[in-house]
Amino acid sequence: MLLLALDTATPAVTVALHDGTNVVASSSQVDARRHGELLLPAVDRVLAEAGLRLDAVTGIVAGIGPGPYTGLRVGLMTADTFGLALGVPVHGLCTLDGLAYASGLDGPFVVATDARRKEVYWARYKDRRTRATDPAVDRPGDLDVGHLPAVGAGALLYPATFPNAHEPEHVSAAALASLAAEKLARGEELEPPRPLYLRRPDAQVPKNYKVVTPK
Amino acid sequence: MADSRDEPLVLGIETSCDETGVGVVRGTTLLADAVASSVDEHARFGGVVPEVASRAHLEAMVPTIDRALKEAGVSARDLDGIAVTAGPGLAGALLVGVSAAKAYAYALGKPLYGVNHLASHICVDQLEHGALPEPTMALLVSGGHSSLLLSTDITADVRPLGSTIDDAAGEAFDKIARVLDLGFPGGPVIDRYAREGDPAAIAFPRGLTGPRDPVYDFSFSGLKTAVARWIEAKRAAGEEVPVRDVAASFQEAVVDVLTRKAVRACRDEGVDHLMIGGGVAANSRLRALAQERCEAAGIRLRVPRPKLCTDNGAMVAALGAEMVARGRAASDWDLSADSSLPVTDPHVPGTAAAHDHVHEVSKENLYS
Ligand SMILES: [Zn+2]
Repeated sequence: MLLLALDTATPAVTVALHDGTNVVASSSQVDARRHGELLLPAVDRVLAEAGLRLDAVTGIVAGIGPGPYTGLRVGLMTADTFGLALGVPVHGLCTLDGLAYASGLDGPFVVATDARRKEVYWARYKDRRTRATDPAVDRPGDLDVGHLPAVGAGALLYPATFPNAHEPEHVSAAALASLAAEKLARGEELEPPRPLYLRRPDAQVPKNYKVVTPK
Repeated sequence: MADSRDEPLVLGIETSCDETGVGVVRGTTLLADAVASSVDEHARFGGVVPEVASRAHLEAMVPTIDRALKEAGVSARDLDGIAVTAGPGLAGALLVGVSAAKAYAYALGKPLYGVNHLASHICVDQLEHGALPEPTMALLVSGGHSSLLLSTDITADVRPLGSTIDDAAGEAFDKIARVLDLGFPGGPVIDRYAREGDPAAIAFPRGLTGPRDPVYDFSFSGLKTAVARWIEAKRAAGEEVPVRDVAASFQEAVVDVLTRKAVRACRDEGVDHLMIGGGVAANSRLRALAQERCEAAGIRLRVPRPKLCTDNGAMVAALGAEMVARGRAASDWDLSADSSLPVTDPHVPGTAAAHDHVHEVSKENLYS
């Protein structure tokens, strides 16, 4: 087994290769505005580091968000197209699950990432492998998570809501790949590689055209 | 010409607006033109909503690539390159296509060519009428652009002579259709009503045609306002709006200016070929009037069939094939989607070092 995992749902552009037992190479760069430029060179670098070529990959794992849409789509489109060209399965994993897995926490906690517009994407977890609620998007002020530990950039950004926030700030493809390898080894189905937008597109149905005759 | 199988086989991806286009060409021969459009999802908004378009591109891409390859009857491993619209266009929409093209090129071990959307609109005519004459004068008119361009080599030299200073011609069609309650997009429906109307019924203004105005630039904003005011005055007076005459007279004002300036540019520059492309080139009156005026001026008119005039992947493949044929440098893996890529950049070549790298990859086809 050789999994190529990638995630572009947060400011991190992150890529990892996993051989079913270990992460064999990985790369993470944080730049919220250059997902499109950074991802392919990162894949190329990670493969080179492992001394492998893309056609050795037996499956693709992509973070499906939730996350800002433009960046999120870079990873999903890349994963979809790799799958098409290589004829290998493409799996999806919730980006928050990757962060949860990397947290190392075993009691209840929350994961929150930055959804911009003063909102967070978030979910509750029973432990690092078990999500307790569906991912949601909310204003931090509307949440009450008490003193539960919290990880992710969204938690670090709003200490009033998440007083017990700590690292990791961003998801890593290495964590995503390890979680996916674990699930696949247990024979679990992963998610389809489709984006979790959680918000409808901003668009207004125009009521009428603007009258141009001066009053 | 050599055996056509020696000509470059290129797959092109276009996502600059609301059409997910994937085309396959061999040299100047069209093999496939698969398009998935999200236009119906935009109709109720009266215009293209960028986020709706981007979401639709992501969903449509893989099935559309599949469909194009089947239609062309070729295998991905036989491709000589992957071309993609790098700009100009909607940033988020472009990025979906660029991401797909990079991943596809990388996985197949093929060179990647990021190309210019406007140059692609010109180059597509090679699929219809054979190699472009050099130089070629091109009038590109759509919902996003209205430009007069002169090209001596479509892979290297495209010069802008003029463009719209406000609205694109296609935008004016959309807006007038909205004022007349005819729905979106406006081009086809205005064309249909205009066929039964009198183009001389109402004398609408011809923008930027005065003696001191820029010779090759366009303006459709004043016309749009004049037409809307005329309709509002009729409605305010409680009179019925003669929709067919308004459509015909408005359309005549647009195509009169477009063709007049295009023919003038050909004359001034001594160019005996005019190419018209872009979605508005599907307009029947534009085609007819351009034909008439070009004939009178001794200019040969080249207008591709309507399906090749609107945004599609075949036009991107056509320009990509020309890039391969002329040995132009491939793009790098960090190619950006550039929403304002200048028309003077027909493609986005990589830096020399990374260019070698692309060749290194492309030498070893993963499937061979
Ligand atoms: Zn166009």
